[in-house]
Amino acid sequence: MYEFNYRRASSVFDAVSSSDQSGDASYLAGGMTLIPVLKFRLAAPSDVIDLADLGELKGIRTENGAVAIGAMTTHAEVAGSAEVRQAIPALADLAESIGDPQVRNRGTIGGSIANADPAADYPAAVVGLGATVHTNSRTIGADDFFTAMFETALEPGELVTAVSFPVPDRAAYMKFPNPASRYAIVGVMVSQSGDGVRVAVTGAGGRVFRVAEMEQALAANFVPEAVAGISVSAEGLNEDLHASPEYRAHLVTVMARRAVAAAG
Amino acid sequence: MDTGIGAAVTRKEDFRFLTGQGNYTDDIARPGQAHAVFVRSVVAHANLRAVNTEAASAMPGVVAVFTGDDLQGVGGVPCGFAPDGGPMNEPPRPVLAQGKVRFVGDMVAMVIAETAEQARDAAEAVDVDYDELPAVVSMEAAQAEGAPTIHDLDDNSCFSWGIGDAEATDAAFAKADHVTTLELVNNRKCPNAIEPRAAIGEYDPAHDSYTLYTTSQNPHVIRLLMGAFVLGIPEHKLRVVSPDVGGGFGSKIPHYPEEIAVTWAGKQVGRPVKWTAERTESFLSDTHGRDHITRVELACTSDGEFLGLRVHTQANMGAYLSTFGPLIPTYLYGTLLAGVYTTPAIRCEVDGVFTNTAPVDAERGAGRPEATFLLERVVETAARELGIDPVELRRRNFIASDAFPYQTPVIVQYDSGNYEQVLDRAAELADYAGFAQRREEAKSRGRLRGLGFAGYIEACGMAPSNIAGVIGARAGLFEAAQVRVHPTGSVSVYTGSHSHGQGHETTFAQVVSDRLGIPFENVDVVHGDTDQIPFGMGTYGSRSLAVGGSAICKALDKIIAKGKKIAAHALEAGESDIDFESGEFRVRGTDKSVGFGDIALSAYVPHNYPLEELEPGLDEGAFYDPTNFTFPAGCHICEVEVDPETGTTQIVNWNAVDDFGKIVNPMIVDGQVHGGIAHGVGQAMLENCAYDEDSGQLLSGSLTDYCIPRADDLPSFHIETTETPCPHNPLGVKGCGEAGAIAAPAALINAITDAIGVAHVDMPATPEKVWAALQSAQGE
Ligand SMILES: Cc1cc2nc3c(=O)[nH]c(=O)nc-3n(C[C@H](O)[C@H](O)[C@H](O)COP(=O)(O)OP(=O)(O)OC[C@H]3O[C@@H](n4cnc5c(N)ncnc54)[C@H](O)[C@@H]3O)c2cc1C
Repeated sequence: MYEFNYRRASSVFDAVSSSDQSGDASYLAGGMTLIPVLKFRLAAPSDVIDLADLGELKGIRTENGAVAIGAMTTHAEVAGSAEVRQAIPALADLAESIGDPQVRNRGTIGGSIANADPAADYPAAVVGLGATVHTNSRTIGADDFFTAMFETALEPGELVTAVSFPVPDRAAYMKFPNPASRYAIVGVMVSQSGDGVRVAVTGAGGRVFRVAEMEQALAANFVPEAVAGISVSAEGLNEDLHASPEYRAHLVTVMARRAVAAAG
Repeated sequence: MDTGIGAAVTRKEDFRFLTGQGNYTDDIARPGQAHAVFVRSVVAHANLRAVNTEAASAMPGVVAVFTGDDLQGVGGVPCGFAPDGGPMNEPPRPVLAQGKVRFVGDMVAMVIAETAEQARDAAEAVDVDYDELPAVVSMEAAQAEGAPTIHDLDDNSCFSWGIGDAEATDAAFAKADHVTTLELVNNRKCPNAIEPRAAIGEYDPAHDSYTLYTTSQNPHVIRLLMGAFVLGIPEHKLRVVSPDVGGGFGSKIPHYPEEIAVTWAGKQVGRPVKWTAERTESFLSDTHGRDHITRVELACTSDGEFLGLRVHTQANMGAYLSTFGPLIPTYLYGTLLAGVYTTPAIRCEVDGVFTNTAPVDAERGAGRPEATFLLERVVETAARELGIDPVELRRRNFIASDAFPYQTPVIVQYDSGNYEQVLDRAAELADYAGFAQRREEAKSRGRLRGLGFAGYIEACGMAPSNIAGVIGARAGLFEAAQVRVHPTGSVSVYTGSHSHGQGHETTFAQVVSDRLGIPFENVDVVHGDTDQIPFGMGTYGSRSLAVGGSAICKALDKIIAKGKKIAAHALEAGESDIDFESGEFRVRGTDKSVGFGDIALSAYVPHNYPLEELEPGLDEGAFYDPTNFTFPAGCHICEVEVDPETGTTQIVNWNAVDDFGKIVNPMIVDGQVHGGIAHGVGQAMLENCAYDEDSGQLLSGSLTDYCIPRADDLPSFHIETTETPCPHNPLGVKGCGEAGAIAAPAALINAITDAIGVAHVDMPATPEKVWAALQSAQGE
């Protein structure tokens, strides 16, 4: 890695003002993405601001029909939380499916969504459950947060503080993992709540996306067969060593159907 | 606790490994060491217009920057094998590129700095001006009319080699009722030792001598190759140390240019120079394995008798010849094509081809997995085409257990085996009879269940040196040992074999303690340091116990023979009346005896000792050159379930029976078989070393893209062994390190194709490939 200044922020205010002063800082959460990127010399921030001490960013609370998860909460904490498991089992399952134990013990929800990897799992939860992202300065709706591959609505220096997930009537996440990285080749979150049905797909495209046709079909009749015949176009989907666009498109239908079945 | 031959003794080396006290090359910090980073080509094929190092040299902490120009007087990296001694195109491989780069990762410059990070910074500042040439990445592209040539040669051919009687094979095909044909790819793999390669080169001006610490499976081979053929350093002035080595799988056999560069540079800069590969660098620059394209035809009678086998293979050599590159797809491959069958006529032709990719060399099994894959695939396919049960078809063609020694039509002579017994037991273990029912049950859950067999034979215990010489090896393949009994009877064993995970410190100590009747704790095994160990050939080809262990046995025989002489004197008896058993020298038919420890002491404190006839001391060396290869064999049966909607394969059962001859430590053998199967499953289902066809960039250059198997990819294995002792080595052992990797790919692909009802799926059989095969089968 290139040299940088390392700081440990003492509060959210301290973190954000240090970042503003630097102008070229990176927040460090679990480091599961940032550290490899630094080691590969793909990034050269002047300052790295460690969020590790910010207790205010940690923890899980259920209030007003929503589960609010602090940005620095690890995947293992979400997966192991009795509260999450009870309120939104699909979310606990999703967290449990991330990477391997080492990654789950370090990686955080804030780092995951800020990074906006097209193959990450949490984006499917944020969009598929209609979550709200809280930052140091505002709230951002799920459908506005992920803007492009590795890009979000966050302004430079803006810090994710928490994500709140409304508790759905039913929901399930189905993931077809990349055999090597265990990220999603395709992951589909399906949920139904008073606000309607959401079907969010991660891994398949440049960013997480919803499948309107499936949502409509499920709103009419929430059964697996409703989506079995609906496929997304392969055009523009991701292509890599592990899966072609056509295969990904096929998996979207299979995973969606299985998610609906699992949501029961 | 029993610690003798046959006991499952826990590994004594594991204490230091599990408590973080191993001593790997990267753990070694030599006083004053500087750090090297190599600038590697970012393009697959280019002439170098210029390599500008000025800016890099001026960077903080930089000690020196070297390019090919600085190494012009240094020899190239040698190759250790030419099939049949040639003809073979053997273009030079410079240590640092001389005017041209030939694969992504080829070394262009070496930057040495105070810290590794400073060396990395400076390496980025080396300005390489590439004049890019079109790259030939696939063997097809390399062999196309008018393809760009990688070396100063007419084309990209390395060698054309054949084995077996072509006419007899043609005649067999002419009278066949049925011919089964398959076109197969044996996919390129990265061996992926968990410890990346590393090397430290050091020059001692006081003694005008050099030391190289390196992650090698065979330090004496490196000393010989580098000293005699590259740097011109005589053996007594060059010490090569392979300390603890964290896995090799063949990729740490070859002599690599980095070893030469750090040794040479150590003298230039007057400081030890250390280099440790990063993971991506390992992917780019470690030798790769396999990479064949093969057409195989099997001629049979209508009732399934094999009449002839015809094989044509293109074998990728990569951009340069690695140390044993040309050996793997020739004599370690073609000679195994009889498998466990009586096929009377076999012809195999192999073309070695240069491409703009990393050099290809041995990987676990080396040639034998490729041979087994094609043979067991074509046998299983023939069974399906002929409508004969695959067990029955194999049975009809097995070499009978009373037919040994058995001369195959492809040179080798098998020493012993009982293939039917192995198959029967494996089929029983796997409950083959109950498979149809399991398949039905799976169907009711929407899963396609399949079962696949792989019988295999491998030639291990490499190798009789006279045969090795005839087929083109430029070295002998004996092993050496020294057994040093200390004055109070504890023992140090110095072996030319090298352990990089196999547990020799335990297994070899079991052999010594068993033979000498002394406690296991009293024996330590020393390996890896050419200043300590006798000249030996190292570890590969499942040879360590069969050849290295035999050398130890020979030395032990000498120890015991000398001990008898000393005992005869002490006990006032005739030497021929002395028996040695359970650590006691005893006068036959009496109760007079003396212990091994007492004899050792009197050898070193020779107060009452036959000094007129016998030298003091109890310290014996031996060299052992095997009279034949050993031939482990076995049968693996894999059962899978395929999810037809996604193409995902789950391995649900793995049953195997292997014949490794005598077994010294069954726990270690189990571990080797488990690891071997995992290796083979990785190749067959997960691992894909892929280059971009046009640019020659390595696409699978990290562990997030290149999938090595993990525990949850594998089932629990049910494995057993049978024991047909090897008749020609003192321990009766055959070797077990590669068996799993040899058998597994064929068993798995046979199972998958059985499950989904298609003729073939190429490796790695990823979910998408299986799904696509199902799609096209349904389309038909
Ligand atoms: C081997 C491996 C396997 C993985 N598998 C999966 C998988 O299966 N599924 C999956 O979804 N993910 C997977 N990941 C990703 C991992 O789970 C983490 O979520 C991810 O690496 C980022 O989280 P982090 O906490 O480590 O963030 P960091 O790496 O510390 O930061 C990532 C980026 O986010 C920024 N950032 C961090 N926190 C904040 C914040 N609060 N506000 C604003 N910006 C912030 C950082 O500046 C940085 O740019 C895997 C990672 C690895 C290494």
